[in-house]
Formats: sequence, structure tokens, C-alpha cells
Amino acid sequence: MTTALNVPLEHVFFLAIILFLIGAFGVLIRRNIIFMLLSLEIMMNACGLAFVAAGARWAEPDGQIMFMFILALAAAEVAVALGLVIQLARRFETLDIDRAEELNG
Amino acid sequence: MHLLWAIPALPLAGFLVLFLTEGRLPRAVVSSIGAGSVGLAALLTGYVAWQFISSDSTSFTSSSWTWMIVGEFNVSFRLWVDALSLVMVSVITGVGFLIHWYATGYMSEEEGYSRFFCYMNLFVFAMLMLVMGDNLLLLFLGWEGVGLCSYLLIGFFHKVPEFGYAARKAFVVTRVGDTFLIIALFLLFREVGSLEIQEGLVFARENMSDASTINTIICLLLLGGAVGKSAQVPLQTWLPDAMAGPTPVSALIHAATMVTAGVYLIARMQDFFMLSQTAMLCVAAVGLITLFIASFTALVQSDIKRVLAYSTMSQIGYMFFALGVGAWSAGLFHLMTHAFFKALLFLASGSVILAMHHEQNMFKMGGLWKKLPIPFIAMLVGSAALVALPLTSGFFSKDAILLKAWKSDSDFATLFWIVAVIAAFLTSLYTVRMMVLTFFGKPQSEMHELKKESLWHPSRIRTVVPFGLLAVLSIAGGWMGFEFTGRLFGDDGVHAELHFDPIALLTLGIPFAGVVVGYFLFASDLIDRRTLIKNKLSDLLSQFWGSGWGFDWVYDTLIVKPFRFVAQTRTNRNDIVDLFFKLIKFLASLFHHILSMFQTGHVRWYAFTMVGGLLLVFLAVVWI
Amino acid sequence: MSVMLLILLLLGAGVVAWASERVNTTLPNWIALITFVATTLWVLVIWFNGPDTAGLYADLNCEWIPRFGIYLHLEVDALSLMLIGLTTFLGIVAVVSSWTETKTRHGFFQFNILWVMAGVVGVFSAFDLFLFFFFWEVMLIPMYFLIAIWGHEDKEHASMKFFLFTQISGLLMLVAIVALVWINFNISGVLTFDYDVLKDANLDSTTSRLLMLGFFIAFITKLPSVPVHTWLPDAHTQAPTAGSVILAGILLKTGAYGIIRFVVPMFNEASREFWIWGMSLGVVSILYGGYLAYSQTDFKRLVAYSSIAHMGFILVGVYSFSKLGTQGAIITMIAHGFSTAALFMMAGALQERLHTREMSKMGGLWVRAPRMGAVTMFFVVASVGMPGLGNFIGEFLVLIAAFKKSVVLTVFAALGIVVAAVYGLSLMQRSFQGIPNPDVPKMQDFAFREMSVMVLLMIALVWVGIYPQSLLQMTAPLLPGLLRLTS
Repeated sequence: MTTALNVPLEHVFFLAIILFLIGAFGVLIRRNIIFMLLSLEIMMNACGLAFVAAGARWAEPDGQIMFMFILALAAAEVAVALGLVIQLARRFETLDIDRAEELNG
Repeated sequence: MHLLWAIPALPLAGFLVLFLTEGRLPRAVVSSIGAGSVGLAALLTGYVAWQFISSDSTSFTSSSWTWMIVGEFNVSFRLWVDALSLVMVSVITGVGFLIHWYATGYMSEEEGYSRFFCYMNLFVFAMLMLVMGDNLLLLFLGWEGVGLCSYLLIGFFHKVPEFGYAARKAFVVTRVGDTFLIIALFLLFREVGSLEIQEGLVFARENMSDASTINTIICLLLLGGAVGKSAQVPLQTWLPDAMAGPTPVSALIHAATMVTAGVYLIARMQDFFMLSQTAMLCVAAVGLITLFIASFTALVQSDIKRVLAYSTMSQIGYMFFALGVGAWSAGLFHLMTHAFFKALLFLASGSVILAMHHEQNMFKMGGLWKKLPIPFIAMLVGSAALVALPLTSGFFSKDAILLKAWKSDSDFATLFWIVAVIAAFLTSLYTVRMMVLTFFGKPQSEMHELKKESLWHPSRIRTVVPFGLLAVLSIAGGWMGFEFTGRLFGDDGVHAELHFDPIALLTLGIPFAGVVVGYFLFASDLIDRRTLIKNKLSDLLSQFWGSGWGFDWVYDTLIVKPFRFVAQTRTNRNDIVDLFFKLIKFLASLFHHILSMFQTGHVRWYAFTMVGGLLLVFLAVVWI
Repeated sequence: MSVMLLILLLLGAGVVAWASERVNTTLPNWIALITFVATTLWVLVIWFNGPDTAGLYADLNCEWIPRFGIYLHLEVDALSLMLIGLTTFLGIVAVVSSWTETKTRHGFFQFNILWVMAGVVGVFSAFDLFLFFFFWEVMLIPMYFLIAIWGHEDKEHASMKFFLFTQISGLLMLVAIVALVWINFNISGVLTFDYDVLKDANLDSTTSRLLMLGFFIAFITKLPSVPVHTWLPDAHTQAPTAGSVILAGILLKTGAYGIIRFVVPMFNEASREFWIWGMSLGVVSILYGGYLAYSQTDFKRLVAYSSIAHMGFILVGVYSFSKLGTQGAIITMIAHGFSTAALFMMAGALQERLHTREMSKMGGLWVRAPRMGAVTMFFVVASVGMPGLGNFIGEFLVLIAAFKKSVVLTVFAALGIVVAAVYGLSLMQRSFQGIPNPDVPKMQDFAFREMSVMVLLMIALVWVGIYPQSLLQMTAPLLPGLLRLTS
């Protein structure tokens, strides 16, 4: 069995799920937009971890390729999000996301 | 007979010229076009009448021009003149011309001089089409046309809102009658398959049985139309209000011509009516009821024109009555003489009114006979004819009706005769009252000076001529007239002569009795009028009669007010049907509001719902 | 071919007019006016040249989307020609009536007018159902813009209401068209949208009834008839004068045309069974429309409701299923086009001068502007149904035909004549007669521009009134085909 993974896959997945939930929890409860972005970052890395682990498990390059996509996505997201952060800080003079509710119906 | 077309074409041309020049012509030109076109038409009518009498034919027909043809439905513009129409055409153009002539003086101080003659010419044209049309649709064209002109002329002084309401009332009420007429047309077309009058009459003679229900319905519908136009019960309420129009209009339209259109219609459709006892009875009853009601009402009016209006109603009632009891010729004869003397009465009253600065209340007149001798004499002659004193035209025609009524074979002949004679007595009473209040007694008009010089000013002196001619016709029109109208129908018209049987003497004596009683009641001091007036009963009666027996009140309460009330409620104006669509709109916006409550603008709320949704999907996938 | 050119000319002139607003603000008006005068003359030339042996004045049939059996099939028979003539003529009226009314975007305004008219001409000549639907939509959208951009105080609401009513009912028609084509394809194996083929489709009675309803609802919404009439008063009140003229004069006629051209011949059996409903709706429209017209205080709204009443006569006429009734309906279409266009033009002229449509703020205008008074009187009298003018001919033919079908309904419809007198005269009284309102400023009477159009309209109405035969004989040969009478 030619496997490049020395730890059981389940353990890695378990770790990824925990990371993902920590991230999701962070997005939901934090009001500071910086921390929300950090939490999002954690969620994405959780996904990336799962991909890499799965790729290693079946010795396929796809997992690592997907991680690269995620990296690119994260970079793009951060670029946009930081722009939003700056705007938020300028317009509302706060980083509290709940203050930006002008789009309510 | 190609000249036939020229008779209606002349007033039509006058109308067009006056309409297109928009009142820019000088007054003299307007008068000569307005009155001249009708005068020429009258001359032409005289020529046609002479031709007609000297020829053997029973009718003249003009060339025809297609109006519309759809399958079996075929109507054309074609004129048809027989003795009956010729009488009508003569009255319309002859009396019409005299009234136009008079109007050139009467209206000379008024605004809208050209507009007035424009409408008047259009009226004469429409009236001629009514009596000359050879099919019912052409008759209907004239019928509606005269209604329109009546509307336009009643509301001629359009700045006064009351006149406008009177005009609308006249148009709408007669339109109710017109609806009956148009339904009669539909029914006739369905039964006969044609709207040609002559074809219809032939059909009636040959194909309809005496007891035919359809025929009776046709007759009653026609009667409905006639009742509206001729201001008979129950559609009579518009005529007194129609007196809002200038006096020449009242003379021409609301006395001499248009209001007699109903009589013409029934006479024209004689063959249908002859077949139906019921319809004939209805015609007689309508006439008699109107006659009775209007005579009483005329007795308590204070407005001189309204007295004449109610008098017109009652005289037309006589005509209907005559038709109903089969005195066709006498009815038409009365139509003719009535046109003469009622036109004269209206013109004379117009002169009085003008002299009094548009004061129409008789109680504010009095003692005018010295100041206005010519109107006084004219009015005296007209009244004599209206009362039917012997040797006046009214005497010949009214006696002819009464005598024929006595001899008619109807079950109600005696009753009819008695009511008609009572009404004749009342006619004398109200006429005497009108004359006494207006011309005798003490002058009541301290409030204004008589505009003496303006009435008989040289510019208006020419109006004496129509007075003279009409006065002559009012007297002499009866001497020869019956020889002519007697030949209109196959019935044996009874010639009113001074015979010496009791009935004839009675009919002869009644007007005199009326005049004498009237004298004692209104002029002499033998009876204290105050005690007569000042009691509850007479108060009540005079109020009831004065309001035209409450017809207006009933229509107002039952029809006009509910109609208006519902029309003016706000929901109705905004269209009740629209409420349904508004409900749809309301529901849509309701759902919109409910859904938009989820759109809070909180990013964390969105994230939460997303996570929640994902969890739900996840759980669903796991469990199912 | 000529009809396609006509449509293209209108479309092209629209684009040119739009572009020309950069040069000058009155140039678009002139371009539109010249286009409409030219097209009217063109239609007259076609008219006088007479039809070919098949009774057609113009005809075009070429492939468009052959895969689905869709053809550019345009035919102009006598009925179409009359209505196209009415369209181009009222185009002149519309342009003249709005000559000074628009304050913004003159070019785009004329563009929309020209495009509506192009759509209408297409609707009146399309003999392919897909093409018909296409033009049906083409005329809708510019009309929406006309109301939404140049309308009065409540234009958004009115234009949206107009759009929704027409669009939803149009959707019904589209469903019916597609279903009809599909069913015909299943029966005969031929996929086609062609009118002449589908007219003879062999449908069973239930399908026929349902499809008929689809078309019927679309057309009575446009007509409009009670109970789907409520868009009309709002749209009319808010539309600019040209919009009202087009809406009342022509767009309503597309509904009537649709019933005569499509509903009756294509679903003949089903329509004949349906007559009592059609006629009753007509009678209800006559009475209800007339009554509501009397209730209004807004000049334009009154005229709008009177249109509903007049359109009721068309339904009564068509559903009498007789030559007389159909002829009456056609004459009513033409005459109502003239009389109502004039009344809306009058409403627009009053609004331009007085800045109100409210009749309580008018009164006694005859003194200020006798010409306008006389003109209004003429058209009110025409719409009241005076013999000798066009509207009477139509209504009389309709009623005399309906009488053979149902006495009761005809009697009620005839009551509409009385109601018409009530609202017509009250319009006259409240606006032009009575004591002159002291608040009303000095008012300019009609000048040459407006008067010339009014005179043309008057002549047209008198012509229809005393020589309707010129129209009747043109449409007479079409009737057996339209009514599917078995000879």
C-alpha cells in the first residue's frame, strides 16, 4: 500500500472539522470584522487541510491543486475584504459589523 | 320631384353658412340668411303644395341616395310627401318663417345672434327631415336632431346654470322616450323586415290581425316615443322648464312644431294603431290625463310662459285624445290651428317680457293694455282662439274633436267627452286669468320703467308683421283648414258648424261659461278672492297643482337623487371593480413586507442563516 | 410588400426622430408629422387603387423562422386597411395634439409614438400568430414609456398598471397560441403559426373552448370590457395627450380587431356557444361604464369611462353573430376612434391651458373660448349617438342586430343611450357652460394648428355618419369568412 500519509485519515479530518467549526463559530459570534475575516481564513484552511490530506491519502495531485486554488481565493478575498474593512472604518468609524445594516429591507 | 330636396336643404345651407363663419358676419346678413333660408323654404313649400293639389298623385317622392345597406337591411335618404306631411311642412316652414322673422327683432340686442339663427336653422332642417323622411330611420334622424336643437336652444343663454339644467332635463327626459321609439324601430324591423314607412303600413294592413300582441307592443312603444317628445304624461316634466329658452324658441319648438312631432308620428303610423283597440285607448287616455293635469296646473302658475307651456301640454293632450278616439283629421287640424295661435301667444308674451326687462311673473305686470297695444291685441286674438270662441280657428278644430269624441264608438266615449269638456272650461279659466293679470287691473310694476322706446324702436318695428299674419291665421286658419286636413284620412271628419243639437250647443257654450266665470273669479270685485285663497285646502291644492301634480318630485326622489347619490360616493367614483385588483396589489405588497423582514442588513444574521440552512440540509441528507 | 415597407418606414422614422433631437427640439415633431401625413396619403393611394382579385390590398409571405413554421405573413384586407388608415390618421392627430406639450426628450417621445404605431400596423396586418404576438408586444413597450416618462402626477402607478394588465393578458394569449400550434402539430403533423391554417384546425370542443378563452381574455382586457377595464381610466388620466389619443383611438381597437379576426373565426363553434356571455359583458360595460363616466369629476377620466361604454357596443355587436352586428362593430371602431381622439385632444388642450383636468375648476369656458366650446359640443353630441354622425350608425346597427338575438339584453343596451346623454351633457355643462369661473385665467382659443385637425376629424365623423356605405361595402365581402357563415 503506497500511502504517503502516516496518520490515519480520520484524525486529519477530525482536526479539519474542529478547525472549521472554530472558524464558523468565530464568524458567527465575533462582531469585529477583522476577527470575522480571521475566522473565515481558519475555515478555509480547514478545507485546505482536508484536501491535502485526502490527496496524500490517495496519492493524487488534485488535493494540492485544490489547496492552491484556495490560497488564490483567500488572497482575493482578503484583498476585497480589507478594502471593505477600510471603507467600513471610514464611513462608520468602527469595525463593528452590526453597525453596517443599511441594506435592511 | 327633385325640388323636394331643396326644402330641407335651404335651412341646412343656412345652418352651415352660419356655423362655418363662426359669428363673424354682420347682424343684417345673419338675419337675412337665418330668416331668409326658412322663408325661401316656405315659398318652395307653397309651390310644392300647389303642385300637389293640382296633381292627381297622392304622394311625391324625391330621388333617393343610399344611406346604408347591410344584407336585407336597407335604408336610404329619400323624401316622401303626402297630404299629411305637407300640412306639417307648411306649418314648419310657414310658422317657422314668421317666428324667425320675429326673432330678428327679438334677439337683436342679445349676444350670440348668429349662433341663435344657426341653431334655429338646424332645427328647421331636422324638423323637416322628421316629417319628410320616407323611412323610420330618417324620421329618427330628424327626431334626435330636433331634440338636440331643443337642448341647444333651451340652454342658449349658457351662462345661467339653471338654463343648462333645464336643457339637460329636456334632452334626457325626451331621450327616455326616444329609447322606446328606437326599440319600436328594432321590433318593426324584426317583424316587417324593413324600416320603410309605406312598406310597414302595407304590412300592417295585410299581415297583421286585429288582436296581434306584437302590433299592440309596437304601438305602445311608438306611443312611448311620442309621449316623450310631445310632453305628455308621464314624460311631460321637461316642457315647463324648457321655457328657459328665448321666447321665439318656445314659440317655434315648444309650441308650434317639435312638441307636435309625437302627434305626427302616431298619425303617420295610423294603420298600426287602427288595428289595436288597446293602443288607441292608451293614446286617448294619455292625452286626456295630460289635458286634465296640465289645465289645472296652468291655473295656478305665476310665470306667463309657464302658463303657456302647460296650455301647450294640454292642447297637445287634445290632439292625442283626438287621435285616440279616431278623430284623426280633427287632431291634425287642431295641430295646425294650435301652431298658429300658440305661436302668436308666445310671440306676444315675448314682447311683453321684453318690455318688462325679462320679467315673466304675471303678478308683477298688470294694466299693460294701454302701454302695449299691439301685443295686447295679438294676445287677445290668440286667447280667443285658445279658448275656442266661435269663428276663431281654435273653435273649429276643438269642436271637431269634441263632437267626434261624443260620436266615437269607444266604451268610454261619454266619460272621455265629459273630461274633455271640463278641460275646455278650465282652458277658458286660465286664459282669462292670464289676460287679466297681465293686461288689466292695476299696474304692479313699480320696480321698473317700461322700455317703451326700445320695443317699438324702428329696428324692431318689423316684428309687427308676423303678429299680423299669425293673428289672421289664428282667426281665419280655421275657416278653410278643415277642407284641407279633412281629406288627410279616410275618416269622416265632423265639421264644426253652428248646428242646433244639445251637444253642439254645449260644446259651444262651455268656453263662454269659462270666460264669464273667469271674469267673476279674477277680474270683478263680486267675489272676494282673498277668502278663496286664504284657506288650507286651496293652499294645498294650488301647491299641488302648481308643482305639476308632483311628477317632478316623484322622479327626483325615485330616480334622480338615488342616481346622483350613488354616483357621487367616493368608492363608486373610484370604481368598485378596481377593489378586486387593489386587493391583489395589497396581497402582493403584504408578502413583500413579510419577506423583506428577513433582509436585516446584519452580516452575521446572514451567516447564521446560511450555517443553519446548511445544517438543515445536512441533517436532511443524513436522516433521509 | 408595401405594408412591410410601411412598418419599416415608421420604425426608421422613429430612429431618425430620436437622433434629430440633438439638432433642434421641434425637428422630431416635424419628422413624425411628415411621416404620418405621408403614410396616411400612402394608405389612401392603396385604398383608391382597390384590392386585387383575392380582396387583398397588400400581401407578403416569406420565411422568418422556418424551423418552427414561423413566417413573415402580412396581409391587408379591407378591415385591416381601414384600421391602418385610422392608425396613420390618428398619428397626425397625436403628433399635433402634443406639439407643445412635451418639455423633455422630444426625440424619444416621437420615437415612441412612431414605434407604437408601427406595432399597431403590424398587429392589424399580421396573419401569422407568432408575428401577431410579436407586434402585440412591440406596441406595448413604447406605450409604457409614453405614460411612464411624459405622464402626469401619478404616472408610475398608472404605467405599471397598464403594463401588468396588458402583459399578463398577453401571456394568456401566448399560452393559447403555443397550445394551439402544438395541438395542431399533433393532429396534422405540420408545425405552423399560420392564421389561415390554424383557422381550420380540427379541435375538439373542450380544447377549442379553453383556447378561445385565452384569446378572449387577452382581447377584452385590451378592449377593455368590465371587469378587466380598470387599467384604462388610470392610464388615460395619466398619459400625455398623444398617449391618450393613441390609446383610445387605436390601441383599444386592437382588442376589438382581435375578437373579430381571431376569436370568432378561429373558434367559431365555441364563440357561438359563448354569445350570451360576450353580449352580457358588453351590456354591463355599456351601463357600468356610462354610469361611472357620469360619476367622474376629471374630464379625461370621464371620457375614458365613456370609451368603456362605447366598446361595450362592439362586444354586443360581435356576439350577435350577424352581418349587421359585425358591421356595426366595425363602424363603431372607426367612429369611436375619431370622436374619442378629439375629446382627448380637447382634454389635453384644456390641461395645457388651465393646468387641471378637474371639471369643478372649469365652468363657463364657452365665453373664454367659443371655438373650443363648439368643437367639444360637436364631439360630445357625436359620442352621445346623434344620427347623422358616425357613432350612431355603429350603435344602431349593433342594436338592431342584437335585437334579433336577445330582446332583453338589447333593451338594456339601449338604455345606454339615455346614460350617454346624461354623462355627455354633464361633461358639457360642467366644463363649458355655466357661470365663467373667475379663477380661470384668460384662455387662448384654438388656433390654426389645432383647429385644422379638429375640422378633419369632424369631416370624418360626418362622412361616416351620412355615407357609411363607403365603409360597409368594403367590409361586406369579408363577413362570411369572418363569421364563417356556411353559404
